[in-house]
Amino acid sequence: MTLSPALDLFPLLAAVLAAVSCGLLGNFLVLRKLSLMGDAMSHSVLPGLVVAFMLTGVRTAPVMFLGATLAGIATVVLVELIKRMGRVEPGAAMGVVFSVMFALGVLLIERAARNTDLDAACVLHGQLESLAWTSGAPASWWGVFGSATIQAAPPQVWTLLLTAGLSIALVVVLFKELRLAAFDPAMATAQGFSATALHYLLMIFVAGATVASFEAVGSILVIAMLIVPAATARLLTDRLPSQLLVSMAVAIGAAVLGYLGSIGVPQFFDKREVNAAGSMAVALGCLLVLAAVCGPRYGVLATAVRRTRLARNVALEDLLGRLYRGQEDESVPGRVDPRVLRRGRRRGLVERNALALTEEGRTRAAMIVRRHRLWESYLVERAGLAADHVHVTAENLEHLPETLPPDVPTDPHGKPIPPA
Amino acid sequence: MALARPEALTARDVVEVLSFQGGYNTNAVLVGAALLGLSAGVVGVFALLRKRSLVADAIGHATLPGIVTAFLFAVSLGGGGRSLPVLLLGAAASGALSVLCIFAILRFTRLREDAAIGIVLGVFFGLGVVLLSYVQRPENVAASPAGLHHFIYGQTAAMRAGDAMLMGGIALVGILSTVVLFKELALASFNDEYARVAGYPVGLLDGIMLLLVVLVTVAGLQAVGLILVIALLIIPPVAARMWTDRLGVLVLVAGGLGAVSGYLGAATSALLPRTPAGSVIVLCAGAVFVVSLLAAPRHGVVAVAGRRGLQRLRIAGEHLLEAAYEHAVSRRGVPTISARTLRAMEKLWGWPAWLGPVVLAGLRRRGYINRVELGYELTPSGVARGARIARNHRLWEQYLQTYADVAPGHVDWSADTVEHVLSPELVAELEAAILKAERGRP
Repeated sequence: MTLSPALDLFPLLAAVLAAVSCGLLGNFLVLRKLSLMGDAMSHSVLPGLVVAFMLTGVRTAPVMFLGATLAGIATVVLVELIKRMGRVEPGAAMGVVFSVMFALGVLLIERAARNTDLDAACVLHGQLESLAWTSGAPASWWGVFGSATIQAAPPQVWTLLLTAGLSIALVVVLFKELRLAAFDPAMATAQGFSATALHYLLMIFVAGATVASFEAVGSILVIAMLIVPAATARLLTDRLPSQLLVSMAVAIGAAVLGYLGSIGVPQFFDKREVNAAGSMAVALGCLLVLAAVCGPRYGVLATAVRRTRLARNVALEDLLGRLYRGQEDESVPGRVDPRVLRRGRRRGLVERNALALTEEGRTRAAMIVRRHRLWESYLVERAGLAADHVHVTAENLEHLPETLPPDVPTDPHGKPIPPA
Repeated sequence: MALARPEALTARDVVEVLSFQGGYNTNAVLVGAALLGLSAGVVGVFALLRKRSLVADAIGHATLPGIVTAFLFAVSLGGGGRSLPVLLLGAAASGALSVLCIFAILRFTRLREDAAIGIVLGVFFGLGVVLLSYVQRPENVAASPAGLHHFIYGQTAAMRAGDAMLMGGIALVGILSTVVLFKELALASFNDEYARVAGYPVGLLDGIMLLLVVLVTVAGLQAVGLILVIALLIIPPVAARMWTDRLGVLVLVAGGLGAVSGYLGAATSALLPRTPAGSVIVLCAGAVFVVSLLAAPRHGVVAVAGRRGLQRLRIAGEHLLEAAYEHAVSRRGVPTISARTLRAMEKLWGWPAWLGPVVLAGLRRRGYINRVELGYELTPSGVARGARIARNHRLWEQYLQTYADVAPGHVDWSADTVEHVLSPELVAELEAAILKAERGRP
């Protein structure tokens, strides 16, 4: 598979720039549980585009941009209004507004703007493929670093470049404010800047990014680009700065992978390329699944391993505790899980040929029983619980070695607490 | 549909179509669209109450890869690929799969519902677009995929009577299932905690509810399209919410509004050329919503504002009577409302200029005041009313001071707001309690 600058440079550039601006702003939407605002916005800018075209009769970027951005802002305002006036739940309010706006857009296209290339179908999956370098493209990729590229760049790429630049600038300049407003809007307002104003500013930027990306990558990919990179990053990191960086990497990575995949995968089966914007959305989905399964901290695999290890540890500690108590009052411990027993023997904590603790096992078990009984006495004396109610709580707390209540000689049932 | 004609529309055409005289095909489509609206409204109520409205959006978008896959499958088996039941089956399968994906994301990751919906929506639709672009390659044209695109925006005009009956049939299944499971769904949507404790399988009911959403979505695919079908599931229930608080009525109203939207939209689309039915149906639903939001007697904006305005007038009147009474008591005079009193009240409560005369007119009409030379004089019933309000006020002031630890400087304000809220019975109870407390004190 080879890429040619003529066919692939500007589509790839446009996709990456759309990924950057949408992906970056999407972080704040996901954090504020506003993910679906992107969905709403990208559906409702459609009538804005059509009306702007109908009013002016021209199809230049600034006019379209203005119309669509106004429609985006109108969406946000209408959603707020319906939420407040009708006490409608936010999701439903969004659904009402964007579906009606979208229906209006489709109707207007059919009736009034049919002969333009505002085709209802390309609204959804974009026209990345049409951004080819029409004439005089360099033959090799080294040739693209020159003034010819700048002159040949289609307007969509310039708009996207501007949007990406502005989005980055917004996030850099207002990073502290956006972070605070995302996590604690009340605190933000208390600190003297209005979280509501910031919300609207962010929404204007989201509307702008949506519109700028709309033509190139289509409205559905805009939704995916707004949400999926940020969601993927959320699965991999906890800190906002690293989340922003990871989401950028995911967004750009998916744009490139999706584009290559849209050409390469069908070629592998001897077919012609498929829709690039759709492939990018699929690539985003694959990266998300990868992060959800293999993420080091919150991944399904890592969580499963951690849980199993913890469960095994608790089972083993419980066995040690039971054997210790059995030795203490010379009773026979009841049924023992053979797997847990084997594990105890393998670690040299239980005698090979008897149901008894080794020297090392006794020390470990003493620590566990000590923790259990110290917690029991603490719960009775300090937390005021009844002596016959504390066992279950202590049973849970004994497995946490980090904290220990103050030392006392006996537990509430009069049994001696093993020394440290 | 047969009636899409270029020449001017006459009133007779309109009446003809609306009164089911527009021919067999038109009638089938009208009935089908009305049934679709009915079932979407009914099912949508439960989705709304469970705050799952936008899951329907994800389901709608997620039907696309299923439609295209079913098409490819049918073609590979040698069929024409345009068999509607096969395509709808594919749509239902991928719609259901999208629900499972949303649940999986919620179960296995720390992402929240809004993100899960957006992810599934975008990725499934992206996959659908990829598959569609594959089908539409020139080398595949022999398989005639032309109709597939119509599922995105809907295309009632292309609908034959048979297709409309299939749509209406699926919609009927949805309605009947909801009726059969009404009690269980109602319980699960209002109080899932209780339903769980009472032994209802809430998870299963949730699943069934979402399957019904899938069913309605699939039914609406051909007429309304996969993007806009969500509107039918959301808008009628939200509009119906303005009219009533009772679930049974809510379901009926939502179903009715949905049916009306479907019927009017399909009729408009039949009458006017180049009006995609899906959009017109949704716009009809939107109009119904706007009317409900503004004019519904229960939660409509006009009704709520009216009730608030009346309450404001009532409270202002009470303030006026109270002020006149208290002034008269302290001066041992006749309780009157002079122009000065009015100005003082305007200043104190920030009344706009029009409010005073309106309030006075209201008090006069109810016989609390009479016009005299220097202004207004309280009638005996006005005096009694003023006395009662003043007493309530005192009662509250004392109560708040004694029991609620409110600083004396702040009491007056809270007493003024609270006294209009309490029922007479509660006032009597409070009075007794305070008297008892006072007597008990050393």
